[in-house]
Amino acid sequence: MSSLLEVSDLGTWFYTRQGIVKAVDGVDFEVAAGETLAIVGESGCGKSMTALSLMRLIPDPPGRIVSGSIRLAGRDLLKISEEEMRDVRGNEISMIFQEPMTSLNPVMTIGKQISESLILHRDMDRKQAMKRAIEMLDLVRIPEPAQRAKEYPHQLSGGMRQRAMIAMALACNPKVLIADEPTTALDVTIQAQILELIVELQREFSAAVILITHDLGVVAETAHRVIVMYAGRKVEEASVGELFARPLHPYTTGLMNSIPRLDLMRGQTDRSAERLQEIPGIVPPLFDLPTGCAFAPRCSKADDKCRAERPAYEEKQPGHWAACWHTNG
Amino acid sequence: MGAYLTRRVLLMALTLFGMSVLIFVMLRLVPGNIADILVDSAGIADPKEKAKIARELGLDRPIFDQYLQWIGGLVRGDLGFAYVSERPALEEIAPRIPISAKLAGLALFFSVILGVPLGVISAVRQNSVVDYLLRIISLSGLSLPSFWLGLLILMASVQWFGMIPIYTNEPRSFIDEMLLLSIPAAAVGFRSSALIMRLTRSSMLEVLRQDYIRTARSKGASQTTVNYVHALRNALLPVVTIIGIEAAFLVGGLIVTETVFNIPGVARFLVEAILWRDYPIVQNLVMLIAFCVVVVNFLVDMAYMALDPRIKYAD
Repeated sequence: MSSLLEVSDLGTWFYTRQGIVKAVDGVDFEVAAGETLAIVGESGCGKSMTALSLMRLIPDPPGRIVSGSIRLAGRDLLKISEEEMRDVRGNEISMIFQEPMTSLNPVMTIGKQISESLILHRDMDRKQAMKRAIEMLDLVRIPEPAQRAKEYPHQLSGGMRQRAMIAMALACNPKVLIADEPTTALDVTIQAQILELIVELQREFSAAVILITHDLGVVAETAHRVIVMYAGRKVEEASVGELFARPLHPYTTGLMNSIPRLDLMRGQTDRSAERLQEIPGIVPPLFDLPTGCAFAPRCSKADDKCRAERPAYEEKQPGHWAACWHTNG
Repeated sequence: MGAYLTRRVLLMALTLFGMSVLIFVMLRLVPGNIADILVDSAGIADPKEKAKIARELGLDRPIFDQYLQWIGGLVRGDLGFAYVSERPALEEIAPRIPISAKLAGLALFFSVILGVPLGVISAVRQNSVVDYLLRIISLSGLSLPSFWLGLLILMASVQWFGMIPIYTNEPRSFIDEMLLLSIPAAAVGFRSSALIMRLTRSSMLEVLRQDYIRTARSKGASQTTVNYVHALRNALLPVVTIIGIEAAFLVGGLIVTETVFNIPGVARFLVEAILWRDYPIVQNLVMLIAFCVVVVNFLVDMAYMALDPRIKYAD
């Protein structure tokens, strides 16, 4: 597969009073058309900032993209002007946000909000755009789309709003769709529907999807490849099957152990043995990272070497990369 | 909605009724009436003379009777006779209304047309030189009393242009009148515009942080579209409230401004009438002002509904 989006050595730093926060620090990855890449990690590990960097929507100040390149079909998005970038946003790359409750403008009808990018990027007039917006609402399976298009966000349920959000993101048939925690704010039953919808529409539009999530369950269901991020850096990368079968980085293992599993909870007499394992501690403040491996303070395998030297990010097995001293590749 | 409106109109009527009682009673609590003033100023201290005037004007009758007479007349459209000019109060008041209305309207127009866009600019360029400059100017707008600003403007125009922009004789055309009124209107409107600007700024800053602003930008909308289409409408709600309150305050501002700039409007007339204890004029004028304030409040509530689809007034 040839890559549609190539990100290399991306660095997004925030200049704060406490110091420089390297929210994204030398991240590279590629995504091909039709592929779904998941970026996984806890809150504050830089995954959302990676997504916003791709859109060049980092709040500046205090944030700035300091290094790297983002090549979309060969064109470096970091080299083009803001005006050219505006034409990329919502057109070639679009984004679905986490909170459907707050991500839609409360005083604008759903139809108008979907029409907006069509008017901007497809030179449609209001009428054509509205017609297309209603088609999009129908496509994301919102019942009575013509009626819904005239309604305001508060009149829709959470799941409906997220569908509308998806319709909005896909209106211009983008090459890359970034979904930043698209299901986190939704009910579990709705989550599955929304994921299914994203996967199905991806096939239809043959878009590349970058799925940002902390939920490995979501990853297993939808993604082809996974990147695990910690403290602004990649710590592991593999295909979904490989990652779930042989997680190499202790952080990845930690994330997996912290998912509640029904088969373990059911019919257990001795629950203490199978207690849900959490990762001890929290993501360290990014302006004050340890010298060695950033995960070392929370890692059970950590030794002096881990604390002194940062492990290199290497291909441990074919197609399976990790940054850890304790994997034997 | 229909039921809401009915209830709302009834409430407005009730408010005005309360106002009428309040005005009536308070006015009579002020020491001295027109008879005292006339007699005292003429240097006659004959109690008979005083009683005669009071009897002629009906001031000797029970206060309740006097109130009923006023309200009864008001309902029929009869405002009674002015004590001083001895002409029908309506004839005295009516010609002054348009002048004050134009002045107040112009002042409000200035304050909104300046306050809202400058507030947006200040918010969008937060912490820039422009922002600081606008904030300093607006702070001075809030701190300068309009009568003092009015005097400064008068003195400045005499100093620099050798003329005084006041109402000496009837303006020839509408444009002429507007030009003449624009200076006092600016003096009154400056304070409101400063307040509106500051409120628009803080409201915009709040809105610009919202998720849906990021969504709008992620669709490729330009900064201008984001600011004026997505953010401003959301930011306007508190601003509309303040515009409503300011509209009421403008009336107070008019009193001094009309006096300073010698504008023959309602507000200056009201002050004169109070000095003379000219009850019919004062009562009716204050009622008129109260009516305007009540109506503006109602319009503000309606504007909320137009601006924010989430606001619906339940029946």
